[in-house]
Amino acid sequence: MKKNRATPEVNAGSMADIAFLLLIFFLVTTTIDTDKGISIRLPPMPEIDQPEENIKLKERNVLKILVNSADQLLVDGKLVTIKELKKATKNFIDNPSKDLTLSESPQKAVVSLKNDRGTSYNTYIQVHNELKAAYNELREAKAQAEYGRALEKLTKEQGDEIRDYYRQVISEAEPEDAGGGN
Amino acid sequence: MKLQKKKKAPPAINTSSLPDIVFMLLFFFMVTTVLRQTDLKVKLVVPQATEIQKLEKKSLVSYIYIGPPSETFRSQFGTAPRIQLNDAFAVPSQVPEFIEKERSARSEAEIPFLTTSIKADRETKMGIVTDVKQELRRANSLKLNYSSSLRTEVY
Repeated sequence: MKKNRATPEVNAGSMADIAFLLLIFFLVTTTIDTDKGISIRLPPMPEIDQPEENIKLKERNVLKILVNSADQLLVDGKLVTIKELKKATKNFIDNPSKDLTLSESPQKAVVSLKNDRGTSYNTYIQVHNELKAAYNELREAKAQAEYGRALEKLTKEQGDEIRDYYRQVISEAEPEDAGGGN
Repeated sequence: MKLQKKKKAPPAINTSSLPDIVFMLLFFFMVTTVLRQTDLKVKLVVPQATEIQKLEKKSLVSYIYIGPPSETFRSQFGTAPRIQLNDAFAVPSQVPEFIEKERSARSEAEIPFLTTSIKADRETKMGIVTDVKQELRRANSLKLNYSSSLRTEVY
């Protein structure tokens, strides 16, 4: 009688390959909580021997934002809420009604931000966020009007042109310690 | 003849356990990839914002944490917000030294792309954040990111 042959084993040789593939997939795709946030660029520290230059800016070209220790906002002398800030900023930069108290042109517009040492960090971020949102919305609108496409779909040159048209200039003054917090 | 009959091909190495080994490795990596971040000694909830950008190169980011000390350190350090650099509490004047250390750990070409990320608790007052900002300016580390999470609801 012939020897009864065992059923041929299932070839598991490729199992390792499959597992390796999975392993590599996981190694590549595990991005551990990506860091996100609001990016800004700090102004360089003035040189010590450099005379303090006071760049004269026309009053109308500067949007003065003051935040006090009670997290209240004063924009060009008017008390506003965070919700209204974006609209006010957009209106200031673009000045569609050619208001003589608002900026001459978007390129000349400067936003000056001054906060108190007692201002809460959250409010400060919200202010920055609204300012950034104002600029982003204006750029987006310009991209749509000029090229009929979203800003990020434009070529680099077109995008830079628009970013340059609405360039974001935020000047931050040294905060004051007016007390009432900290 | 007899000898020849007995001669067999050398037995193949049994690889049936290889997948198990690789799977074990896979699970090991899946479980352990919690990318070692510095142990947080401060309690912080970052503010929420809508206009946030991703930080591209994680290896080029140095972190500064600001917030009230977590519970285990409260008896020692109180509840006032503090700065944490690497694994220790610090004062603002230590920031330039910290930046210098971060720089020396990178190659010359990478230094201009170094970004500092401030992870501060939303309840923190701006005083301490401003101090850090001034020190960063002093250290000429001007690229700054205020870490925030995405806010989905609009107000």
